[in-house]
Amino acid sequence: MKWNRESKLNGLVVLMAAAGIWESVSRLGLMNPLFFPPMSKILSMFFYLISSGEILYQVLVSLKRAAAGYFLAALLFIPLGVAMGIFQWLHRSLEIIIETLRPIPPPVVVPVAMLFFGLGDGMKIFVIFISCAWPILLNTFDGVRSIDRVLVYTARTFGLSHGRSIIKVILPAASPQIMTGLRISLGITLILVVISEMVGSSDGIGYFILDSQRRLKVTQMYAGMLTLALLGYALNQIFFLFHSRALAWHEGLMKRNR
Amino acid sequence: MVAILEVKKVSKSYRQLDGESTLAIDEISFRVEKGEFVSLVGPSGCGKTTLLMCIAGLNPPSTGGLVVKDVEVHGPPSNLVLVFQEFNKSLFAWRSILGNVLFGLEAREKRSQDAQGEARRLIKLVGLEGFERHYPWELSGGMQQRVAIARALAYGPEILLMDEPFGSVDALTRLELEDTLLKIWEDLGTTILLVTHDIEEAIYLSDRIYVVSRRPSRILQTIDVDLSRPRHQITTRADAKFMELRNEIYRQISQ
Repeated sequence: MKWNRESKLNGLVVLMAAAGIWESVSRLGLMNPLFFPPMSKILSMFFYLISSGEILYQVLVSLKRAAAGYFLAALLFIPLGVAMGIFQWLHRSLEIIIETLRPIPPPVVVPVAMLFFGLGDGMKIFVIFISCAWPILLNTFDGVRSIDRVLVYTARTFGLSHGRSIIKVILPAASPQIMTGLRISLGITLILVVISEMVGSSDGIGYFILDSQRRLKVTQMYAGMLTLALLGYALNQIFFLFHSRALAWHEGLMKRNR
Repeated sequence: MVAILEVKKVSKSYRQLDGESTLAIDEISFRVEKGEFVSLVGPSGCGKTTLLMCIAGLNPPSTGGLVVKDVEVHGPPSNLVLVFQEFNKSLFAWRSILGNVLFGLEAREKRSQDAQGEARRLIKLVGLEGFERHYPWELSGGMQQRVAIARALAYGPEILLMDEPFGSVDALTRLELEDTLLKIWEDLGTTILLVTHDIEEAIYLSDRIYVVSRRPSRILQTIDVDLSRPRHQITTRADAKFMELRNEIYRQISQ
């Protein structure tokens, strides 16, 4: 415990040192301060943007899009993955189309989505939705397919209907892998919301960063990047907290099997 | 006596990869009466598990019929539950011991006012008091099988089917579990049909034993075990009748 706390402190020291180096490199003119402003200026800009509400607004706009695409994908592709894991025929019929579509890099969906949805929220939500599809679908499918037969028989001998055995046995048994899919998708969501906002938008954190750069408000651009870093960190922490609560049993089981 | 379970000329054949069909069970018939403790004993791989899966409604027989309480078996009967040998795969790793036992009650969908109290009572009955908050993977194999038994009992079955329930625990634990099972059987009066390859275990526990042959499975002999109850690990096993039965069954199986 003591060592762990120390190592976290060490990490903080390294972070401070990096900020210090950044500051000096800029102040000493080792890099053009116009493109590489001192960290202190970036931070004060960051706090200014927070107090003015500008950043909060942009982040909320982006988060709304991200959440819509992410949860829509979970809502559709977890059930589809479960169905594919249960019904062999469904897996066989969808396997080839999934394997063909999956290698397409998600940003490529942006121009297609623009054709159908224009530049509005729909485009971004659709892009995120499609990009999250594969990790969620394939991890859920794999989790359900690899459930031991004995567990399925157990549900049946206790007289569970198909619906109840999915809720009471299949979903919990596959939940560690479903969570893996959701975690991977979370990272993808953040990337795609920014990309789609950079390509076609008039608000959102992605737009804010690109727009700042175009207007040569470089400090503001860096402040936007800092915001994204903190946002990503916060989302991961929230997910991690949820994960360690909901899947404490799985962590324990894995440790036991090691 | 009233037959609670009737197995009527049940056969099961499988199609092999080369298209040939092999017979696993060959017209097995027997009956179990209400409240009885009956064992099927036979060599490993003789199709006993397959037969149990048929009775549990998890794997339909190729021909023949099964009747549980005057109702033909098509799918899992609601008054019967199967306890698997692989307790570590059958228990829910995401539920505590209490949660696992509560599942038996939830599955019954009967809104019990005091489900928690009922589950705790069963956990105590199988000797796991104090482990309610533990997870299955934190317990030893023998304790896990106790959880599986408590969960099955929570379902409130009239017939408990058990497939080599003590097949993967150590010898000492096995004796303890046998006694726990007998105590439960005496307390609750649940009919038990147990499959085992352990001849002495079958004799120690049962009222009646059906000796099953190698594949394709047939009933070789019906043996009534007229050893007094309650049974005792030392005195019952030292009984001359016990040895006699053991030798007789062994001769049958090893033929």
